[in-house]
Amino acid sequence: MSDFMQQPLDAAASLAPTWLADIHARGKAVWQNTPMPTRKTEAWKYTNLLPLQQRFQAPDKSNTPEVSGINYPQLGGSTLVFVDGFYREELSKIDLPEGARLLRFAEADSKQAEAIRARLGQAIVSKQHLFAALNDATLADGVFLEVDANTVVDQSIHLVWLSSGQVDALSVNQRLLVELGANSKATVVESFANTATGGTAFTNGISELQLGDGAILDHYRLHLEQAEAVHIGGVHATLNASSTLNSFHLALGSTLKRIDIVVEHRGQGAHCEVNGIYLPRGEEQVDYHTCMEHAVPNCTSSETFRGIIADQASAVFNGRIHIHPDAQKTRAELSNKNLLTSNQAEVNTKPELEIYADDVQCAHGATVAQMDPATLHYLRARGISKAEAEVMLSFGFINELVEAIRCEAIRDYLKPLLARRFSHNPKLTRHIL
Amino acid sequence: MLKIDNLHAKVEDKDILKGLNLSVKPGEVHAIMGPNGSGKSTLGHVLAGRPGYHVTAGTATLLGQNLLDMETEERAHLGLFLAFQYPVEIPGVSNMEFLKAAVDTVRESRGQESISSVDFMKKARAICKEVDLDLSFLKRGVNEGFSGGEKKRNELMQMMMLEPKLCVMDETDSGLDIDALQVVANGVNAMRNSERSFVLVTHYQRLLDYIEPDFVHVLSEGRIIKTGDKSLALELEEKGYAWLEGAA
Repeated sequence: MSDFMQQPLDAAASLAPTWLADIHARGKAVWQNTPMPTRKTEAWKYTNLLPLQQRFQAPDKSNTPEVSGINYPQLGGSTLVFVDGFYREELSKIDLPEGARLLRFAEADSKQAEAIRARLGQAIVSKQHLFAALNDATLADGVFLEVDANTVVDQSIHLVWLSSGQVDALSVNQRLLVELGANSKATVVESFANTATGGTAFTNGISELQLGDGAILDHYRLHLEQAEAVHIGGVHATLNASSTLNSFHLALGSTLKRIDIVVEHRGQGAHCEVNGIYLPRGEEQVDYHTCMEHAVPNCTSSETFRGIIADQASAVFNGRIHIHPDAQKTRAELSNKNLLTSNQAEVNTKPELEIYADDVQCAHGATVAQMDPATLHYLRARGISKAEAEVMLSFGFINELVEAIRCEAIRDYLKPLLARRFSHNPKLTRHIL
Repeated sequence: MLKIDNLHAKVEDKDILKGLNLSVKPGEVHAIMGPNGSGKSTLGHVLAGRPGYHVTAGTATLLGQNLLDMETEERAHLGLFLAFQYPVEIPGVSNMEFLKAAVDTVRESRGQESISSVDFMKKARAICKEVDLDLSFLKRGVNEGFSGGEKKRNELMQMMMLEPKLCVMDETDSGLDIDALQVVANGVNAMRNSERSFVLVTHYQRLLDYIEPDFVHVLSEGRIIKTGDKSLALELEEKGYAWLEGAA
C-alpha cells in the first residue's frame, strides 16, 4: 500500500478516544494488506486516482478556521457542524424529541462506547470497500444517531462536514452511524462542502444506516464540494423487515468523487428508493457505485440516477442488483440516464445484474445522449434563445428528481443552486426559478 | 407580409422545394394542399429554420426582412409562428415555464412591456379554456404524455399566447376528431384580423369548411402548380390531385 496516508494513520491514536483502538487496528490490517486499486481493478476501472498522489496530513485540533464563506443548506431541527474534522459547537444546535439521541464518539462514556463498537462496521464488507477500512483506521470522531422504537423525529437532523481549505493536503475522516428502532421515523441530511479556493482536502466519509422493522428513513447526501476536493466515501444501509429507506444523492463535481452506496435488504417487505444527480464539469470526475443486495423475499428497490457531464469531465455509474436465491418476489428497478453537453465529456455506465432467484421482476436501463436538436429547435421556434433553451433542457433533464425531493427546504435550496450550475446569467435561469 | 420567390431547398441531399413562389398579404388566409411528399411540411420547416433543411436558391422575406439569414428564434421574434405537425415532448420542462419563457422573450424582442406573472396566468388560464385543455396541462411537462389532439391544441395555445403576425400551421388538422377540429378552427377564426396572416398546410378540404381561405394553392413536386379560391379545394376533394399533376 502506498504511504500517502501514513501521517494520518500514525496520528489516529493521538486524536481518538482509546476505545477506538481495536477499530483502528481492524481497519489498518485491511488497508495495509490490500493493494491500492489501479485501472486493472474492476471496481476502479474508469476512475483516475491520481489526485491521491500527494501526502495527506491529519487535521490539527488547535486550528479553528473561519467558514462563513462556505455555503450549505440552512435547515430547521438539529444541525451538527464539523470543520476540518472537528466538531464546532458554536455553529451547531441540537433539538431532538424524547427517544432520539445524537452522540459524538469523542464524548461517549464506556457504556455508549460499547454500544457504538457493537454496531460500527456491521454492514460493511471492508475487504470490498478499502476506503471504509481506511475510515476505520483513521477514525477520530463520529456521530451516532439513535432513535428509539416508535419515535418520530419530525424535524431534520443535519450533519454538516466542511473543509476550510486553510491547510493544504488535509485528510478528513468522517463517520455517521444511524440506528432507527422499530417503527421509528427520521430525516437525516448529510452535507459536504468546502470553499472553491484554498488547499486540497481528501475527505473520507462513511455512513452506516441501520433501519429496524418498519422504520422509515428519509436520507439525503449532498456533495457540494467544489474545485480541488477529493471525496471517497460510502453509504451502507441495512433494512430490516418492512422498513423504508428513501435516499437522495447529489454530487456537484470536484477533482474526484467516488461514492459507494450499498443497501442490504435483510427483512421481508423492505423497500428502498435511491435517487441521484451528478453534474461534473471542467475536468472533474464523479463516480457512483451502487449495489442493491436482495437477500430475502418480497422486497423492492427503485433506483434512478441522472447525470449531466460537461466540458472534459467524466462520470462513472455502476449499478449492481444482486438477487440471492431466496429472494423470490423481489421487484428491482434501475434507471441511469446521462446527458453529455460537450464532445469531450465522458460517461461509463454499467448496469450489473446478478439474479439467482427465478420469480423476480427486474428492470434496468441506461442511456447516454446529447441534447436533442429537434427539441432545441422547438424551443427556439417559440422565440427562446439557444442559450436559454440549453439551460432549460439541462435543468429539465434533472428536474423530475429535484421535484421528487420530499423535504421542501432542501428542494428550495437546491433548485437555484442547480439552475446556476447551468448558467450564472440570471436572465437564462429566470424561467426555471 | 410573406414573400417567397423561387425557393429551392434540400433535405439530406434530396431536392424537395424546386422553385416555390408565394405571396401572402396582411390579413389573408392561404391554404396549401398537395399530395404526400410534395414539400408541404418542408416549406414550414424551411421558414422556421429547422436544422438539416438547406436553402439552395431563392428568397423568403417576412415583413420585408430576409428570413433565411436569421436564427430560428429571431424569426419568431419578427412574428413567425410554426404550429408543428409533430410537437416535441419535453419532460422536465413545464408547459407554464415554457410558455412564460417564450412570451417574455418575444415581448422583449418587440420592445413590449413585460407581462406580470398574474396577468400571464390570467391569460394562460383563459386560453386554456378556449382551446379546451384542462388547467392541469399547464403544470405538466411540455406535450409530455399528451394525446395527438392535445398536442395540436397546445400548439394553438402557444400561438394564441404569442400573438404572431404570420401563422404557419402544418397539418394541424391531421388526427383531430370533429370536436377538436372545431376548437382549432374557432381559435384560428378568433385570431383572424386585418394584420395577421395564415398559411394552412392541410391534406383535407374538411378544415376549410371551418376556416375559410382567401386562396388555395396546390403544391406538387416542390412547386405551386395551381392557385384558386376555396372552390379549388372542393374540386380537389372530388377529383384528387392526379388531374392537376397530369396537366402540370
